[in-house]
Amino acid sequence: MNKSDSYVLEARKINKYFREPVLYHVLKDISFGIKKGEFVSIMGKSGCGKSTLLYILSTMDTDYEGELMLNGVKISGKSNKELSAIRNEQIGFVFQFHYLLAEFTVLENVMLPAKKLGRKSLHEIREDALNKLELLDIKNLADKLASRISGGEKQRVAIARALINEPAIIMGDEPTGNLDSKNAENVFDILKQLSVDKGMSLLIVTHDLDFAEKTDRIIEMTDGRIHGISE
Amino acid sequence: MNWKVILGISKTHLLSRIKQSSVAALGVTFGIGTFITLGSFMTGLNGLLDGLILDRTPHIHIYNEIEPSETQPIALADRFANSFNVVTSVKPKKSQVRIHNALALLNHLQQKREVRGAIPQVQAQVFFLAGSLQLNGIAHGVDVMEEVRLFNLDEYIVEGNPEDLAKNDNGIILGAGVAKKMSLKVGDRVQLSSVKGGLFPLKIVGLYQSGLADIDNVQSYVNLTTAQRILGEGKNFISDINVKLFDMEKAPLMATQIGNQFDLTAVDVKTANAQFETGTDIRNLITYAVSVTLLIVAGFGIYNILNMMIYEKMNDIAILKATGFSGKDVKMIFISQALLIGCIGGALGLLVGYGLSTAISYIPFETEALPTIKTFPVNNDPSFYIIGIIFALIATFFAGYLPASKAQRIDPVDIIRGQ
Repeated sequence: MNKSDSYVLEARKINKYFREPVLYHVLKDISFGIKKGEFVSIMGKSGCGKSTLLYILSTMDTDYEGELMLNGVKISGKSNKELSAIRNEQIGFVFQFHYLLAEFTVLENVMLPAKKLGRKSLHEIREDALNKLELLDIKNLADKLASRISGGEKQRVAIARALINEPAIIMGDEPTGNLDSKNAENVFDILKQLSVDKGMSLLIVTHDLDFAEKTDRIIEMTDGRIHGISE
Repeated sequence: MNWKVILGISKTHLLSRIKQSSVAALGVTFGIGTFITLGSFMTGLNGLLDGLILDRTPHIHIYNEIEPSETQPIALADRFANSFNVVTSVKPKKSQVRIHNALALLNHLQQKREVRGAIPQVQAQVFFLAGSLQLNGIAHGVDVMEEVRLFNLDEYIVEGNPEDLAKNDNGIILGAGVAKKMSLKVGDRVQLSSVKGGLFPLKIVGLYQSGLADIDNVQSYVNLTTAQRILGEGKNFISDINVKLFDMEKAPLMATQIGNQFDLTAVDVKTANAQFETGTDIRNLITYAVSVTLLIVAGFGIYNILNMMIYEKMNDIAILKATGFSGKDVKMIFISQALLIGCIGGALGLLVGYGLSTAISYIPFETEALPTIKTFPVNNDPSFYIIGIIFALIATFFAGYLPASKAQRIDPVDIIRGQ
């Protein structure tokens, strides 16, 4: 097995340009890989392109040059429909803002990606969702409306949702950026625990140095380039 | 595509905004309900008005028109073939009023396959005499039971029965206007005098009211033989033949054939009543124009509400797309919302339309002109209900399609970045 095969997610020479308002080279020759079970953070100042990179890695942004490999399969150039299916099955998301469907209950929010995947019966999905909520210690919130819970709780629900389809990798865009230090630490502990206990691969964009230092590896970005990788 | 999940999301969206959804659905309900009510009511009235004239109008009316010859003898002379001939003061030739060999013609017509019935009439100019009063009038000699069968004469007999006339050779059914002028009622006697002189006392067995005052003031019905007696003519004297066909559309062609074949004047119903068809068409046009406008307004209401909903739901759309719902899924979520609104609103509209048109059909509508009508006429044609629900679904589909396509194209990165 060569090196690149062992990567869960691998970026090869990714270049990205913004065309509006003027042509701007945002990402320059980004190449790196994430191994299974690795907890990686991307750090950098605002505007260095780290969020842009994450959107490309998450398959939501398809306007780039270079290659993106997920589990050894090239996913650059696939159709939007195929990419939707890949996101659904293999990638879990946690955003800075909580992004839950406000009119649905916590349980329904967590169940939704699994219902879309449609591999299991409704009953099994429900069981799974309750297990994830229990894992994150918020099972008591299951029947509450998503708009009626606190910010820290919302972020944990979002993590539960990201986990529901047992994805290959979880990506986060400043998942603790909007939380107070206690909640932030709580969320970090949960993510760390997923990485250690469950062997989950995680890729988290952050500008919180404390957070980043506790991860396995930090990818530092400046002006659209990888500036350095520290273990 | 996982319809259960998509419909589940639509349902939650609709229910969580029950007020907006209800308003949108009520817009459809109102549109469809009004369409059905208007359609049923207007075509009901149309049918009534058409029936007023067309039911009792023969499809083909055959008679012998007295008119001057079209070709004058000079046209046959070779000597004047190349000249410009002017004949002044052309008068019609004296000829018979009756239809020549009418009984044989009747027999011929009755045997045709397309003919539902052909019946003879004798029209006699008469004066009604009651005391010193003398009124102008027409006595129609008819086969009364055949008139009832083919031209619904009984619907216009407001007192007495057509059978009474059929049984009584000296009976008469008098126009309501005549009877009122001479203060006569059923059971009284009236004297008729013909143009040639001679008095005929007849017993009034019924009153006739067509709703058209001009007709009611002169019309009366007697038996065929009575009319022939008044005119002093024999059994073969027949002035008019009225033909009713199974299919009214064949009337113009057949009228031309009969006119040419027998050298008679044959007028078909379409020529005689062209203005009624035009009136009907225009009224139908108005009905549809108003209804379609209502439905389009309802459609814009749905479009508006869904458009707003999509702006409110930008975040939801971004989440759904980020968690693996494709653009098509998102589009279907919004289209299914529009269709749900259309289905529910449309179904309610059917009920409202049925209720309203039923209510209208119970409203009293009594008028001198229409003796047999007691309430407003309503045409409960199922096609209005079918058109209504189909239009509701099509209109809501298109109203939902545009906003839904917009939702399909929304780039989740733009939304997430924009926070």
